[in-house]
Amino acid sequence: MADTSTSSPAVPGGIAAGERASRRARRGQSPWVRAWLILRRDRAAILAAIVLVIIVVASLLAPLYAAHVSRTDPFRSNLSGSITIDGQSVAIMQSSTQGLGLGVVPIGPTWRAQYLLGADAQGRDVAARLLYGGRNSLLIAGASTLICLVLAALVGTCAGFFGGATDMVLSRLLDVLWAFPVYLLAISLSIVLISQGITIGPVEIKSGSLLLPIGIIGIIYVPYIARPVRGRVLALRGSEFVLAARGLGIPRWRILRKDILPNVATTLIVYIPLMMALNIVTESALSFLSIGVQAPDASWGTIMQDGQTLLYTRPVVALAPGLAVVATVLALNVLGDGVRDALDPRTKLR
Amino acid sequence: MSATAPPRPLLAATDLTKHFTVGKTFWPGSGRTLRAVEDVSLEVFPGETLGLVGESGSGKSTLGRCLTRLYTLTAGRLLFDGRDISAAKERALKPVRLNMQMIFQDPSASLNPRRRVRDIVGDVLHVHKIRPAAAIEDRLAELMGLVGLGGDYLDRYPHEFSGGQRQRIGIARALAVEPKLIVADEPVSALDVSVQAQIVNLFNELQERLHLTYVFIAHDLAVVRQVSTRVAVMYLGSIVETGETDALYSRPAHPYTEALLSAIPQPGRRARGNRILLEGELPSPLDPPRGCKFSTRCRYAQARCRTDRPAPTAIAGGSRTVACHFPLVAGA
Repeated sequence: MADTSTSSPAVPGGIAAGERASRRARRGQSPWVRAWLILRRDRAAILAAIVLVIIVVASLLAPLYAAHVSRTDPFRSNLSGSITIDGQSVAIMQSSTQGLGLGVVPIGPTWRAQYLLGADAQGRDVAARLLYGGRNSLLIAGASTLICLVLAALVGTCAGFFGGATDMVLSRLLDVLWAFPVYLLAISLSIVLISQGITIGPVEIKSGSLLLPIGIIGIIYVPYIARPVRGRVLALRGSEFVLAARGLGIPRWRILRKDILPNVATTLIVYIPLMMALNIVTESALSFLSIGVQAPDASWGTIMQDGQTLLYTRPVVALAPGLAVVATVLALNVLGDGVRDALDPRTKLR
Repeated sequence: MSATAPPRPLLAATDLTKHFTVGKTFWPGSGRTLRAVEDVSLEVFPGETLGLVGESGSGKSTLGRCLTRLYTLTAGRLLFDGRDISAAKERALKPVRLNMQMIFQDPSASLNPRRRVRDIVGDVLHVHKIRPAAAIEDRLAELMGLVGLGGDYLDRYPHEFSGGQRQRIGIARALAVEPKLIVADEPVSALDVSVQAQIVNLFNELQERLHLTYVFIAHDLAVVRQVSTRVAVMYLGSIVETGETDALYSRPAHPYTEALLSAIPQPGRRARGNRILLEGELPSPLDPPRGCKFSTRCRYAQARCRTDRPAPTAIAGGSRTVACHFPLVAGA
């Protein structure tokens, strides 16, 4: 039954065969595979990914570092302790006339296993706390990104797909959220929730729980993602391939599942690294203001706050977490750009 | 109106109207009415190809999407095979959808980039259980053969095809349900000229082989002449003239048709020799002229044209209709 047309010359083979992509695989190259191939060739993005992996792995290894390398408890103050350097015993809190302190300054970077980056005002190992802080900062950023994307996908897709009154209600809700300056909203929520904790039915979240900053940061950025998602769904809903599916009598839910959601997914994926970056910064800011991660837990933001009083004498305490944030955010943004370029199906394989 | 014609029309629209509201805000009653299609009456008979021509913005595509009920109608009646589908709900429309398909202008936009050709074309076979699961593979190969593509392309994605091939996939998808009527919305205008000819030929072949009826929407008059048995000319949401292709092309009855035809480039004719240049712009469908819609640009327009809107009237023994107070071809 494959008798091709007689009057029209057989074009089919020639053109596609010329395309490099189709020669590689007869089974067709899915847009996901294609995106991966493009991303793999993006040196900056790969480098960024490697940096991120190093940061994540290092943070995960924090307990090992504390137990075997720095051999200190990074969560307990150590004001009277001392370590041995070149056979001499050196106090961790040294008396000094420098700076604004009360004559006591924590030990500076030793560039040895113990107190590699020095101690903070409580005599705790900054390097170990930096790694533990990375865990919390990355965990909060990752979890709040997940919450944000799930909520935004839900709200944006419902608003765009169902339209009408649903869209009206959801869009106005987003507008209300949007109307608050992000930090004002985050600070207000934090102050209320973190001072008292929150009880939702049987679930009680204590005031020191990491779930609070995760939830707060997850919610405040929802409008920033939900709006573009809604726009994308609206565009897809009016697209010719959705019209074609409707014309074939394909049920609505199937159109949503097969035609709309897979195309929305790319929009969401593009936002993952960018939101991670934004959330790390937000978390640091809240923790710096003491309304994020609560002592004695560490996060990059809390370490910065610890370093604030030592800025003149031991600037490393504040600089180290600052550099960690900068490196992570930079890597996430570079990776985000690469992912965006790779996921646009119209990007050419170069 | 012309129910005296012996064959029953496959698709009949009476006073079909589609308005869009633009700039609507929170307040009820806000926004302006865009009259995309106004009081269009036309019939499509089995086996014919009705060409629908008009410039960009004349409402051709909107009319096409109304005819296939992808849009809800603002007013008017639409009969498919004698059944009134003007206000049918999606559930009731399903049998009609299986008999009436649409092919779109931009073949890259009308195929979901994230699905394989197998799913794009075959989805409907599964969903509506048109074929038993075991027979779907054969049917897919058959459909690909019909449109001149090999069965081994089924596992590819749309981005791996050229424009012409994508349009063939779009055609295969439409053919999957074995429709009687296909509304093709500018199916070749996004393609290279050489590929256009191949797709036009494919349309002709498929019509012969599968006894299809077409509504062929285009702005390219040469293409329309090649494929159509009858032509309807649209201007600003209304049909100004209908007629057999040859009669209409050789003796246009409406001044707009005349101007349109004079713009076809012809080899040997000196450029702009006897070309009628239309003055001004296409009026906005938000605010169409009160009388004849073409009166603002018509070189024959008279006072009456600016106040009374002419209704479509049969001329040339009933084989043609024209909506003009002063048609260029003598009356009935």
